[in-house]
Amino acid sequence: MRWLDRLLGREERSSSVAKTRLQMVLTHDRGDIRGDISPGLIELIKDDIIKVIAEHLAIDPDNVVVNLTRNSRESRLVAEIPLQENGRRKRPT
Amino acid sequence: MHAKVITVTSGKGGVGKTTVTANLAAALAMLGKRVAAIDSDIGLRNLDVVMGLENRIVYDLVDVVEGRCRLSQAMIRDKRFAELYLIPAAQTRDKMAVSPSDMVLVCDQLRPDMDYVVIDSPAGIERGFRNAIAPADQVIVVTNPEVSAVRDADRIIGLIEAEEKGPGQLIINRIKPSMVARGDMLSIADVLDILAIDLLGVVPEDEAILISSNRGLPVAMSATNSASASQAFRNIAQRLEGNDVPILDLAPQSGILSRLRNWVRGE
Ligand SMILES: Nc1ncnc2c1ncn2[C@@H]1O[C@H](COP(=O)(O)OP(=O)(O)OP(=O)(O)O)[C@@H](O)[C@H]1O
Ligand SMILES: [Mg+2]
Repeated sequence: MRWLDRLLGREERSSSVAKTRLQMVLTHDRGDIRGDISPGLIELIKDDIIKVIAEHLAIDPDNVVVNLTRNSRESRLVAEIPLQENGRRKRPT
Repeated sequence: MHAKVITVTSGKGGVGKTTVTANLAAALAMLGKRVAAIDSDIGLRNLDVVMGLENRIVYDLVDVVEGRCRLSQAMIRDKRFAELYLIPAAQTRDKMAVSPSDMVLVCDQLRPDMDYVVIDSPAGIERGFRNAIAPADQVIVVTNPEVSAVRDADRIIGLIEAEEKGPGQLIINRIKPSMVARGDMLSIADVLDILAIDLLGVVPEDEAILISSNRGLPVAMSATNSASASQAFRNIAQRLEGNDVPILDLAPQSGILSRLRNWVRGE
């Protein structure tokens, strides 16, 4: 029933698979050229960001995401840091 | 310092550098420009056969560099055009027989008498590639809408930038509009999104390319329909001349299936 999946758009098109794979592999390739930013290094950075922000704000450390993105010919470190519900300011402990 | 030196490169082999070089050189010559095409793929020369000039070679690029002949003796004139010349590569030597500074010297000698020098680069990122880009004022990166070709193009773009020749301009070759429409080929927009450089042109997959290389007649010379590779190359030549020509519209006649699919998805 592959044709039906296709017709209904349920099967991901091979062109978008190709695009996603390219974006992944290029993130790695370009990292090699631009100072070797490994996934391990990003984890270290993430831990440090959590530490610093948690000093000031109540955050949800388990859902912090730090990603290296390369949209154009520039690289960008993007961090998403969810704040704890009703915790604008961390209470003094 | 007159001629503009344009190098055609790709990283990955077989994506169409030689085809692009031969056809852009021909299309520019058809616009009345004085053009020299240089084959820098030493040891694997091919530009001569694609241009149909293989029987007229006496001297080659290595003979010039090593002083066995004058540059003008290695320039084969293509009599089908007012001023189009080929400087062939040596077939029995390797890339190390020529250095980047040799290429700069040869091009500097050509500059006063030409409008364009178009250099066909070998595949790869080694010496041959460095030779080819050393004299370049402008670099054209050729790719196919395919994961491996785009990946290698990205690498080449990085290297061109590192050599301060960048960012380069892109030609996407061998697009099959019907496959793009079906979602089975990276689209022009996908490739541009990933590589983020200027688009110089799009060349469709076209049987006429093989037929013309069988005959040694660049397709740019033959007038065919408007969605052909021939037209694409002539448009690219116009863009190099600074004329604003729209990118070929390669949208296939929308098939019943794709219309149905769009309807089902509510698009
Ligand atoms: N738009 C096209 N449509 C159909 N066939 C094409 C097209 N472009 C190139 N080809 C074919 O693809 C093959 C490779 O092309 P070409 O020799 O120009 O590539 P190349 O990049 O110079 O290769 P190399 O890296 O070996 O020098 C040739 O057989 C050529 O005829
Ligand atoms: Mg070639």
